[in-house]
Amino acid sequence: MSQDQRPIIRVEHFTAAYERAVIIDDVSFEVKQGEVLVILGGSGSGKSTLLKHMIGLYKPTHGKILIDGDDIVTAEGAVRARILRKIGVMYQQGALFGSMTLQENVRLPLEEFTDLPSEAMDLVAVMKLKLVGLEAFVHHMPSEISGGMQKRAAIARAMALDPQILFLDEPSAGLDPITSAELDHLIVRLAHSLSITFIVVSHELASIDAIADRVIMLDKRVKKIVATGRPQELRDHSDNPWVRQFFNREAAAGVGGP
Amino acid sequence: MNSPTGIRSPASLQAKASGEGTLVLSIRGQLDSTSTGSIWREAMKALDHSPAGRVVMDASGLTYCDGTGAAFLLELVRRQTKGGGTLEIHNLQERFERLLDLYGRTNPEISVSTPDESPSFVEQAGRASFKVWKDVQVLIAFVGELSVGLLDAAAHPRRIRWKDMLLTAELAGVNALPIIALIGFLLGLIMAFQAAIPMRQFGADIFVANLIGLSMVRELGPLITAILLAGRSASAFAAELGTMKVREEIDALTTMGLDPLRFLAVPRVIAAVAMTPLLAVFANLFGLIGGAVVMLSLGFTLTTYVNQILLSVDVGDLLGGLFKSVVFGMIVAAIGCLRGLQTQTGASAVGISTTRAVVSGIVLIAIVDGIFAVVYYYVGI
Repeated sequence: MSQDQRPIIRVEHFTAAYERAVIIDDVSFEVKQGEVLVILGGSGSGKSTLLKHMIGLYKPTHGKILIDGDDIVTAEGAVRARILRKIGVMYQQGALFGSMTLQENVRLPLEEFTDLPSEAMDLVAVMKLKLVGLEAFVHHMPSEISGGMQKRAAIARAMALDPQILFLDEPSAGLDPITSAELDHLIVRLAHSLSITFIVVSHELASIDAIADRVIMLDKRVKKIVATGRPQELRDHSDNPWVRQFFNREAAAGVGGP
Repeated sequence: MNSPTGIRSPASLQAKASGEGTLVLSIRGQLDSTSTGSIWREAMKALDHSPAGRVVMDASGLTYCDGTGAAFLLELVRRQTKGGGTLEIHNLQERFERLLDLYGRTNPEISVSTPDESPSFVEQAGRASFKVWKDVQVLIAFVGELSVGLLDAAAHPRRIRWKDMLLTAELAGVNALPIIALIGFLLGLIMAFQAAIPMRQFGADIFVANLIGLSMVRELGPLITAILLAGRSASAFAAELGTMKVREEIDALTTMGLDPLRFLAVPRVIAAVAMTPLLAVFANLFGLIGGAVVMLSLGFTLTTYVNQILLSVDVGDLLGGLFKSVVFGMIVAAIGCLRGLQTQTGASAVGISTTRAVVSGIVLIAIVDGIFAVVYYYVGI
């Protein structure tokens, strides 16, 4: 897979708090272009929080998040619009617009941000849906398709403007193992063929093995990154016993784990 | 694939007919979602106007191509092929070739869905009437189940969820006092004022007291209370139960062996039944106060006003009005709960339920009020 060595995302000294409770404390990392990075951690570790900050939904109490050189934390107006056009987001429940067909859902960003003729927009929308295997459902409403298909449609919509970075929030949540594996294959295929950078929040171990080039692991007790590396390395060679425990799916002595 | 830097080099197209009946299209610059729009139309026009059977696209000047650009190139190929000709793309960078392969060189068929023929007026009217009839059946069934639930509650008062009932009584009853008072006052004031002017011409302005007293106590007090309750509380019940339905909380109750009607609807109906007559009394009172303001300004004393009211309004009128308000309260609460439990899925579902609750509530109040008018007439109340 082709990779530029220049980092496309840089998170610097990122701190997030909710009311007075600190969730993530002074975290810094980089993401290389074309990389599939998985953010993982136990429940409450702040992984979804980190993702939502990276896509500009919330402002951190401290720190910078540089998307292709622009800081999304302070960006406004035209700069913010520019950043948002470089990213696509797939939300945990799909978040497709229930009153529109799949084709209309994928068309929406094209209608708002391009001057393509209508037939061109239809064509691009269908092509994106074909990429995720949903070309037979372009005129269906979201309520008429299954949860796995809704997620794939959501990925197609996130890709409407050919963004460089795709953020996926728990793509495997609520999916059966087969559909989950299909989604993993799709992610890997898109990453390889289109060199899209993927930031994926997940705690599905099987998916992580299938898709991740690198993982960063958050821990809610220390509120920092406790491990970073390839999943196999962390499973077998991490110094941190809790990291090994996570990857080997062992419950802690006592009740349910950290 | 390299990301586009901030520098925009828009795509440009050059069409040149070469000697052997071939059209050469040269494309330069970037083909992405922003720059492809203008060139799309240009290119399609060039294809349509040219008689050439063979088109060669020279892509050596193409510096960037994304999904939208791929769509453009593939559409050019498809159009030309459909017209019986050929389109070859020369000198396309390797990575862009891979992109075309990924998106499939055989274009997907965009199926044109034929819209369903819209049904005739007669059919639409028929369907609508059928829906209304079905709705009435559901309502009757619901009223039946609710009545059973209420009788059961009366027989086993300890099983009633008093905490929910009292909370609803506060929200639907106590908290409604300000607006009931305001509207009641305004109603009395306006009626008295409008009536006094013409009646004064005949020296009959003392009878404004009769007018206010009778109309508020018998009709308008209960009616306005019920309508305000429909707007405030029927919608609230529908929204609350509707959200619970969307979140599968109603299903959770059912599978636990608990009856959602007993759990949710009965406390709310009891609260409404308890509060509505009290609110109606307040509406009456403030209506009379509004009337008093006008009468005092006309020069009558308060004593005269009150005496005139007592002469014209009797206990029967009051009790008749209060009984109506009890029935209205039950209707409003029941319809609010029913619409909430009927909520479908989707973002607009809860909004639709609240709207239906308010509208159905007011329609039913109007119908029942009419029935009361007839019944009271024949009974002699």
